[in-house]
Amino acid sequence: MTNTNKKILLEVTGLYTSFFTGAEIIPAVNDVTFTVNVGEVFGIVGESGSGKTVTAHSIMRLVHPPGRIVSGRIVFEGTDLLTLSDKQMEEVRGNRIGMVFQEPMTALNPVLRIGEQIAEAIEIHGTRDRGDVRKRTLELLRQVGFDEPEKRYIQYPHQLSGGQRQRVLMAMAISCDPSLIIADEPTTALDVATESQILGLIRGLVDTLGMSMIFITHDLTIMKSMGQAVGLMYAGRMVERNRVEDFFKEPLHPYGRGLLESIFGFSSDTKRLKAIPGSVPKLSELPSGCKFHPRCPYVMDVCRGEEPAMKEVGKDQWVRCYLY
Amino acid sequence: MGSLLSVLDLKKYYEVRRSVFSVAKETIKAVDGVSLELEAGRTLGVVGESGSGKSTLARCVLLLERPDAGEVIFDGVNLLTAGREEMNRLRRHMQIIFQDPYSSLNPRMKIADIIAEPLKFHNITKGRANVSAKVGEILRSVGLDEDSLGKYPHEMSGGQRQRVAIGRALATEPALIIADEPVSSLDVSIQAQIVNLFLDIREKSNISMVFVSHDLNIVRFLSDRILVLYRGKVVETGGRDEVFLNPLHPYTRMLIKASKGEFALRQEAPSDGEWEGCSYYENCEDKEGHCRGQVPQLTGGNDHKVACFLNK
Repeated sequence: MTNTNKKILLEVTGLYTSFFTGAEIIPAVNDVTFTVNVGEVFGIVGESGSGKTVTAHSIMRLVHPPGRIVSGRIVFEGTDLLTLSDKQMEEVRGNRIGMVFQEPMTALNPVLRIGEQIAEAIEIHGTRDRGDVRKRTLELLRQVGFDEPEKRYIQYPHQLSGGQRQRVLMAMAISCDPSLIIADEPTTALDVATESQILGLIRGLVDTLGMSMIFITHDLTIMKSMGQAVGLMYAGRMVERNRVEDFFKEPLHPYGRGLLESIFGFSSDTKRLKAIPGSVPKLSELPSGCKFHPRCPYVMDVCRGEEPAMKEVGKDQWVRCYLY
Repeated sequence: MGSLLSVLDLKKYYEVRRSVFSVAKETIKAVDGVSLELEAGRTLGVVGESGSGKSTLARCVLLLERPDAGEVIFDGVNLLTAGREEMNRLRRHMQIIFQDPYSSLNPRMKIADIIAEPLKFHNITKGRANVSAKVGEILRSVGLDEDSLGKYPHEMSGGQRQRVAIGRALATEPALIIADEPVSSLDVSIQAQIVNLFLDIREKSNISMVFVSHDLNIVRFLSDRILVLYRGKVVETGGRDEVFLNPLHPYTRMLIKASKGEFALRQEAPSDGEWEGCSYYENCEDKEGHCRGQVPQLTGGNDHKVACFLNK
């Protein structure tokens, strides 16, 4: 393998997850493969409907009917999560893998005090000694940046701002020292100043606690200073896996190039942004061959035929494109 | 000065109850004394995050919401004292484009009818053949083809729907367009297409635009002047390059950093009750003792103004 010095925490191989709605089969996640190393942040970026969230839910085994994981392997700490019983999977969730969602208001119980909710998370997965639980709760509140944890302990979710609620969710996610945190667009509902603070907090926690993280976002600019590796998704496929610095310097896949240019690339001759033509295809009406070929400036005949496979083009660099 | 639009000390306050059960009311100052000038043919970018009052400002300028105080002077007429008839006449010349093209288009109307409606309402084009010729011309100008005419909004993608909304706004050949976050509900790869469409429109006509957005990257491409709003107040305003290359307010600096993907590694500031002073105090990285106590006023020359005690 290419990773000689890094330990692999999670290895997702050939993951397929589809939704079976009446007559249609919607392939939400299609042949997704990636690894998350110990102590690293792996970012999954893509536009809405590209399969980011379904990938995360598949890892947590939270895909509900009509959705189903069709095939693949999700090896976490040496065990294939897809072979575990529901009971065993519950042990993994929360204990070994923590999750932070997008909407901090709906993820908290409105009638329970903040402290009680964190304490509950600790009790389910760890110690039940009252004094210990309270001590740990206060410690967690301090860890996520609250100066007065005793005051926050007795407050209710509606008394907190969106950013503060997201901090509480972070505290719950790390309460049992998981080795992996999955954060699904954790700052999308927040404004810029708060977002910047929460991202800083998440980065800091990952570093100090030595956890790994899968960070899901549609916002490429965030990823720039967030992690070590990135996977770019398009129409249910992972079309590129790359190191973060390399991705932002020179993305491999034409879609990645187009996305970066449409945000940062201003052509001085035309005085226009370099936009990607066309629109994101519906998962039920995907084109043949490479799913990006109708929008690709480098399209060749071969792209319309068979879909390209993921190809290794450098150390930790993979791309699904016939240009390579 | 050839101002098409002047807004003077505009205020819009909302009274809200603290909770469902309480009698005590709280005043939210959504727009708190905002002034701005827009010359013909220019674009003003209004930047701020959610809750900064930028949408309320947009709606108040068009009188979709009645301001509590201030003046809105459009083409020499004070809209707040204008009669109903005059207002109807002026409406044709000022149009708005909303964030969400899913809810701003009538789902039961075909695209052709959506575009034709303002033409008929304002008596701009008469006769069926003329209207349909004009509708076709408008659709082409926003990058849609004739196939779209018979479609309903749900049959189109988000980007196409926003093109329809832009076409509808352009139909009356307005002098002013206010676009309220017109690309933020679209996929990243589609946003640039719509931004380019706005650039095309501006190049072809002498239209003035107020472009409201939280996304600095987009505002930068489109605007001649920038207005940065924070909690209902203008904290910085000036020419595009002045503001982007030499941001004076700590809030503007933070926004620019965030738009480049750099973020703060800071603890959350404790919030403790109500007090007078700079509204950015809690989040400010450069605050000093005297920032609390007095409210900073907007000062500086015409090219660049800032409301911050640290810029003397």
